[in-house]
Amino acid sequence: MLDAPSAVPEDLTARVIRVIANTQRVGVETISIDDTFENLKIDSLDGINIVFALESEFHISVPDEAIRDMRSIRDVVDGVAKLVAEKQARLNSGEAGSEAAPDASNTQAKSPA
Amino acid sequence: MGAVCALGANVAECWSRLSRGISGIEPLPDPGNPPYRFQQGAVARTFRPSEYFTEKELSMLERFAQLAAVAAREAIAQSGLSFRGELAERTAIITGTSVGGQFAEEEGYLRLYRENNPRVAPLTIPRTMSNAGASRISFEHGIVGPTYTISTACSSSNHALGQAFWMVRSGAVTAAVSGGSEAVFAEGLLRAWEAMRVVSPDTCRPFSLGRRGLILGEAGAMLVLENWEHAVARGAHILAEICGFGMSSDSHHLTQPTAAGSARAMRWAIQDAGLGPEQVEYVNAHGTGTIVNDVTETEAIRSVFRGHADRLLLSSTKSMHGHTLGAAGALEAIATALALEHGLVPPTANFLESDPACDLDVVPNAPRHKAIEVAISNSFAFGGLNAVVAMRKAI
Repeated sequence: MLDAPSAVPEDLTARVIRVIANTQRVGVETISIDDTFENLKIDSLDGINIVFALESEFHISVPDEAIRDMRSIRDVVDGVAKLVAEKQARLNSGEAGSEAAPDASNTQAKSPA
Repeated sequence: MGAVCALGANVAECWSRLSRGISGIEPLPDPGNPPYRFQQGAVARTFRPSEYFTEKELSMLERFAQLAAVAAREAIAQSGLSFRGELAERTAIITGTSVGGQFAEEEGYLRLYRENNPRVAPLTIPRTMSNAGASRISFEHGIVGPTYTISTACSSSNHALGQAFWMVRSGAVTAAVSGGSEAVFAEGLLRAWEAMRVVSPDTCRPFSLGRRGLILGEAGAMLVLENWEHAVARGAHILAEICGFGMSSDSHHLTQPTAAGSARAMRWAIQDAGLGPEQVEYVNAHGTGTIVNDVTETEAIRSVFRGHADRLLLSSTKSMHGHTLGAAGALEAIATALALEHGLVPPTANFLESDPACDLDVVPNAPRHKAIEVAISNSFAFGGLNAVVAMRKAI
């Protein structure tokens, strides 16, 4: 993994690390692109918190299947970069408004009966 | 026994579908806007609150409390007990619910945060409180003994049943009305479950390859527990004997279960019943259908039953009535009692293919006719809290 330089823009990497650091309540300097979830002691519950924060930060929607394969910070950065690129491509092709806004509030209390 | 869930509005309707492996999981009536990540749920569609309560009563009772009260009415009517004099004082009501009333709370938040209206409805507190169901049962039936509610997420009603069982067995009370209820289809709560990413985007397939998570369900499920001699003396029709209870805490993690913790609760329940593991023939599994939970439960069962595990029948009825959270233990105890009574094990529905990590006989898709004498019913909650009830066929 170390010998494959990421093609991801540095600012995106820094943003992802900032979001992860904020979520984990640690300093950004304690997290590097080469860290794994295991050595950072990020468990599954931390993982869903991180994904939730990344969805808000980048206005993306992360599918469940994508989360299952994420094991390292580099996996997260690559995954976010891919989703951001896909979103940009959709916007460029004029398909506006297709992205679910993760923080959209719609809180009508309804009974199913 | 009394039950209201996606399978029907009484025990007979529920058993009719459970015993044939017919799932009550269907598309959600309201898909959400934007749509929820999951679109299936186990909604109690045939439950018509207005058939059971006046409009005034409905205005004071949240759906979870309605479900509790209606299930208790059925259970008490079937038991033939009426609560007067000393029996009223020596009967307990112990209910379980995970979150209690959500609709009143959400209506209050709407007024506060969307409409900037600080005047929240005065009945919000009594409608929301987790003991609203237990209190309603007390009012309706004149039961004046110990009455309270236990909230331990998905183990709530197994903890309630176990506590009620121990109180009856110890002689502290003569009878108890115990079970649980949950009404989960409130939008704020569904959004919170969505964020947990444990709800399946298709259906609930416990122990199967291709399982993608749990399916949320709503239910009320209540049982009347009675001192054995008292029941025999009045000629009651005894449906099953609750014979053991065990509980434990994983002391590990908020959401990741441990096999050791689950196993401790199963061992305790079996020991409390004065039985050996080899006497258990059926396990109504916690079996949520999440990838991790089913593997951990399989490991726990193997560690408790060892070689006997391969002779056990195991099924998750959540594949049909969904995960009813605080009602799950009681609803599954009813399924277990009916399995003992009828000599028929309800299946694990929606099963696709065996998972090598869940290599027990999970009674896939079709019910199994087998006379069984002893069964256990597992509940394992977020927070690592485990509760297991042991039951024996009534003879």
